[in-house]
Amino acid sequence: MPRAEFTSYYGRPVLKPPVWTWEIAAYLFTGGLAAGSSLLAAGGQVTGRPAVRRAGRVAALAAVTASGVLLVKDLGRPERFHHMLRVAKPTSPMSVGTWILTAYGPAAGIAAIAEAARWLPERGPLGLVRRVLPPVGQAAGLAAAATAPALGTYTAVLLADTAVPSWHEAYPYLPFVFAGSALASGAGVGLLAVPPAQAGPARRMAVAGAALELFGAHQVENRLGLVGEPYRTGRAGRLLHAGRALTVAGVAGALLGGRNRVVSAISGAALLAASVATRFGVFRAGVASARDPKYTVLPQRERLAQRRAAEAAEPDR
Amino acid sequence: MTGDPDGRHATPPALAPVGDPAAEAGWVDAPPRMGFFTDTSVCIGCKACEVACKEWNGVPSAGLDLLGMSYDNTGALTANSWRHVAFVEQPRPAAAGSPAPAPTAGLGTAGSSSTAAGSTEFLGMPAAGPPGRTGSADGRSDFRWLMMSDVCKHCTQAGCLDVCPTGALFRTEFGTVVVQEDICNGCGYCVSACPYGVIDRRAGDGRAWKCTLCYDRIGAGLTPACAQACPTESIQYGPLDELRERAAARVATLHERGMPEARLYGHDPDDGVGGDGAFFLLLDEPEVYGLPPDPQVTTRDLPKMWRRAGLAALAMTAAAAAAFLGGKR
Repeated sequence: MPRAEFTSYYGRPVLKPPVWTWEIAAYLFTGGLAAGSSLLAAGGQVTGRPAVRRAGRVAALAAVTASGVLLVKDLGRPERFHHMLRVAKPTSPMSVGTWILTAYGPAAGIAAIAEAARWLPERGPLGLVRRVLPPVGQAAGLAAAATAPALGTYTAVLLADTAVPSWHEAYPYLPFVFAGSALASGAGVGLLAVPPAQAGPARRMAVAGAALELFGAHQVENRLGLVGEPYRTGRAGRLLHAGRALTVAGVAGALLGGRNRVVSAISGAALLAASVATRFGVFRAGVASARDPKYTVLPQRERLAQRRAAEAAEPDR
Repeated sequence: MTGDPDGRHATPPALAPVGDPAAEAGWVDAPPRMGFFTDTSVCIGCKACEVACKEWNGVPSAGLDLLGMSYDNTGALTANSWRHVAFVEQPRPAAAGSPAPAPTAGLGTAGSSSTAAGSTEFLGMPAAGPPGRTGSADGRSDFRWLMMSDVCKHCTQAGCLDVCPTGALFRTEFGTVVVQEDICNGCGYCVSACPYGVIDRRAGDGRAWKCTLCYDRIGAGLTPACAQACPTESIQYGPLDELRERAAARVATLHERGMPEARLYGHDPDDGVGGDGAFFLLLDEPEVYGLPPDPQVTTRDLPKMWRRAGLAALAMTAAAAAAFLGGKR
């Protein structure tokens, strides 16, 4: 990227930096964790791995509950959170996300509650509940898994559908970063909570998620020209770097030492930490790009120059 | 005028001519689209617009904040400043009236702090007269002042409106964009979606606020407070078609008078936001005034974004399935 000159109004930003605070970055993680955990749980459910199923369902409910709390807390008027339910607007990724969460949340919740069936008495009215809950939980678990991929990837569109230069221009690659990070964090739950004998799928999921995330992050950092810079520099750059290192360490630990309960758990924790670092890194990179007018002015200047050159070459257009 | 059913904000190519955003939003028999033409060549930086706006709309004080950069102590459009008079103090290499098109004078260099670089310069405390006034052309300094009253652009394709998840932002019958304060829950999405950095969340209140083009006044046939207060008719209010004609004539006049640097900003219905309902006559590049040189509505790329997300979601599903089917343990 050649150093280009640009003008600004006393160096002040053209854009307003996002008013979103750490809650949204944290939600990017918890939403992805919920999505990854529900996929893990459904896999465990379908292939008869009860420990995997249970861990996934419980983690998904915890993560989606945290998500709801974080999202409401970040609002300027938290008591008006339900105004989101007034409309369904396809042009607003936040509205789409609201409805994805509305479908996903109850399904994930029921699936997790169904895990309590085995603690209920076998006789009496609660005995009936004990018999009904598991099939209901199975259906809810599959419903949660069906909406999970949407939950895990829409947040990339949520960030990209803004004027924030480094988020907007990253729209082709961010969904892969987020999908991979969601899978890896779900796998992390599996590695942490499941005995190594049942954790084979979690290990494979960790590899697939890490591959997807590292591929996407590489594209984000290297294919965006000037607006890729905030992903490589400053605090965002350090967070993303840490995320990558933790991902690699987590996958390596899972593959090489996965038969050991302790190594497996540490690897899972590393994958979860990696996802947190990656989400906060992506979040901060966008904020940094909105704060510095060069990321707004220079790419737009370049676009204008290209358009004028094209118009000059084809005056009839 | 009929609404163009293909002209929805998010449908590509959104470049289809969009004449009437009110009709497009579903208004039947809407009045003509109203807007602002702000002619910065006659702005004297008096800030009557800022004051009138605050008075009429009951906008809270932004507090006393001396920015130490020029006569502009407002700084930017915010939730508490719906008009903002930019005040540029600028060295110019060429003599005024030079026939060569004025280059963007004294470009700052790349970096977040171009304040120190030449684009703007504080001239010290004001004296009785403007700097360089010596009574003769020879004594003129090479500085000039640019003043510009900035405001919400009321875009034809408004990013804030597109992304609002509650329906608090809406398109009025006048083609303007207004926040309903009883609906807004302060999610902050519009703040990040605005390509001009206009709309903002008010601290302590939690909701998003911006210029309404005095929706209450224009509904009653009155002129918006800022335009009413402007002593030089730098801010002109009226039907957008009329304003565009007037602006084109004004630019032609200025060019004839030897000001080739005069140009319109936001007037073109083919630009990245479908044209602004509030547009400007500028005397330098837009970024000199803190405006983006080529703004685009973010939702123009939204269909492509959803396709990429769909692809990633499929990859995610496939990876999870493969993890469980791909091995025994």
